[in-house]
Amino acid sequence: MTTATITAKSPVAPRKPWKATKAELIPVFGALALAAILDVVVVAVTPMKGKLAYALLFFIFAAGLQMALKWRNLGRRAAIDSLAGSVAIAGAAIAFTPVLSLLATTVIKGAKGLYPGFFIHDMSVANYQSPLNQGGVVQAIVGTLYLIVLATAISLPLSVLTALYLTEIRGKASGFIQFLVQAMSGIPSVVAGIFIYSALLLTTSLRGSTIIAALALAILMIPTVTRTAQEVLLLVPEDLREAGLALGATQWKTVATIVVPAARNGLITAVILGVARIAGETAPLLFTLGVSNKINWNPFSGGQSALPYYVWSGLGDGTELGIDRAWSGILVLLMLVLTLFVVARIFGTRKVKIK
Amino acid sequence: MSSTLIERVLPQKRALTTKPRPSDVAFRSVLNVMSYSSLLILAAIGGFLAFRGFGAFKENGLGFITHAEWSSLVGDNGKEISSFGLGAMITGTLIISTIALVIGVPLSVLTALYLTFYAPERLRRLLVTVVDLMASFPSILYGIWGFIVLSPMATYWAKLIFKYLGWIPFLSVPTPAFDRSPFLAGIVLSIMIIPIVTSVSREIFAQTPLERIQAAYALGATRWGMIRAVALPFGASGVVGGAMLGLGRALGETVAVYSVLNIVFKINWHVLYGYGGNIASMIVQKFGEASFTEKKALLAAGFVLFVMTLLVNMVANTVVSRAVKSGK
Repeated sequence: MTTATITAKSPVAPRKPWKATKAELIPVFGALALAAILDVVVVAVTPMKGKLAYALLFFIFAAGLQMALKWRNLGRRAAIDSLAGSVAIAGAAIAFTPVLSLLATTVIKGAKGLYPGFFIHDMSVANYQSPLNQGGVVQAIVGTLYLIVLATAISLPLSVLTALYLTEIRGKASGFIQFLVQAMSGIPSVVAGIFIYSALLLTTSLRGSTIIAALALAILMIPTVTRTAQEVLLLVPEDLREAGLALGATQWKTVATIVVPAARNGLITAVILGVARIAGETAPLLFTLGVSNKINWNPFSGGQSALPYYVWSGLGDGTELGIDRAWSGILVLLMLVLTLFVVARIFGTRKVKIK
Repeated sequence: MSSTLIERVLPQKRALTTKPRPSDVAFRSVLNVMSYSSLLILAAIGGFLAFRGFGAFKENGLGFITHAEWSSLVGDNGKEISSFGLGAMITGTLIISTIALVIGVPLSVLTALYLTFYAPERLRRLLVTVVDLMASFPSILYGIWGFIVLSPMATYWAKLIFKYLGWIPFLSVPTPAFDRSPFLAGIVLSIMIIPIVTSVSREIFAQTPLERIQAAYALGATRWGMIRAVALPFGASGVVGGAMLGLGRALGETVAVYSVLNIVFKINWHVLYGYGGNIASMIVQKFGEASFTEKKALLAAGFVLFVMTLLVNMVANTVVSRAVKSGK
């Protein structure tokens, strides 16, 4: 009896018929190169100038040449298909260009005002027109951290309990509550600010402080946290709930010891997304935060600073130095938001964890 | 041989009952009560703003919505003479939001189509993350960027548009002043709504039933043919819903618009011309130096904005959730 040996190397190389061959790719890249050359030539010869002309003409030439190629090889329908593809790519390119510009300008302009003291000093030793090596944002960082902690403390219980109602009780009002939470996520941030102002500050002797601003931010945070929390709680397998009940646990025990721990990572993601939502909010702070150019450790009285507010003041100052400060402030704020975003991704990759 | 007596302890029989335990009763009632917190908050916002702004509504009547003038002066006899009208701000808000939709929605739909049907897998994953990232950028970042970076470009584009399309009534300008125009504010808003419109549209397109896509290909459709015959009709309602969610965002945006728009209390239909209006930004602009009466009028303006965005969002959410459900 002979056994057939399977050689590691098969004589037939695996083929990928869906992959473009070299013969197909050369004309495509050739057309792109030709379009680029034509683009430069036409811009140089005609009175059309500027980045806009380059971009527009390149699109017209590239799309046109590709279309002509397809038409010749495959006919009219293929040419239309190629045009549609070019338009989709161009649309996506236009939509993503601002992101690159936003990030690049923030880093380039923001780096100018950064020096180690920027994270140590506050603005009581400088004003917005001072040279960039004086003063800093430490008071704004402390203020933003306070706001984040307080707003989370206020909104987390409300959000998680609402989400639990929607996923565990699934009562008659579920649809209605869901509708309200969605409606809440559309509240403009300025409305949240003036609401807190009209309710707490307009007719009372209270003055703006950290806790009052945190209340306004919590209104904006609740819908984000609720919706994300609801999504992750729905991901917890129904089997786990049934197993808990079948072992004789009450619903309360099942939820507290099985469902919530299983969704822990997802709930952390929910909170981080909520924090990212509010960390950069400016409008509500203008009505509720008061002002401070020094660190204010007391969240219940006295004005406070915050990173978005620092940027806002720098921009409102209008001078070149003020705007430079604003860029540095926004760079710090952006780094904070990006960090939160990355952390949320890391926790979010495994939303439901079952031990 | 000693024998050990094993006393068997039997668990006490439990009564079989469907009655919830006290802990469950407490748990359920807490959740039941807490779930209404969102209703309470929404009602409180509407209630407080309407209550505080009631005076302004009563004094100005319907003119609060229709008149364009907003002034508050202290007369000779020490009495405050005021007239508050949101007309210019409401039209301004609608004009800017329309520009944002006209620019933003086509770009978003193209991006969503590209991400769903064209982009290679790795690039797609990266770009989807970038879209999410765009949504989490603070609005003041868009504001300062729009003011410093985009504003000169937009002025240049506005001049170009005026040069070639100036004969269209709303693209004309009385005098050549193109800075801080509704056009610029509209572009900034269009960039800000791209993430939400794109992600809603993409989600809907991604749900297009595979068998329909394959059927289209099997019948010999090109990729564009498949998109036109299958994906677009399937995703249309979702795109509409996404666009309306974007509209909700655009209506209520404050800081970014305030940074780039020249706010003047006059109705301006010339979108390229250098002034416009926006309710949210106007509230921020006027609030600092406002008297008690004017503050109340601003709270009334906030109420108008609240009602507008709430209505748009409610309709949008209904449309989107219907679209998503029909997809499943």
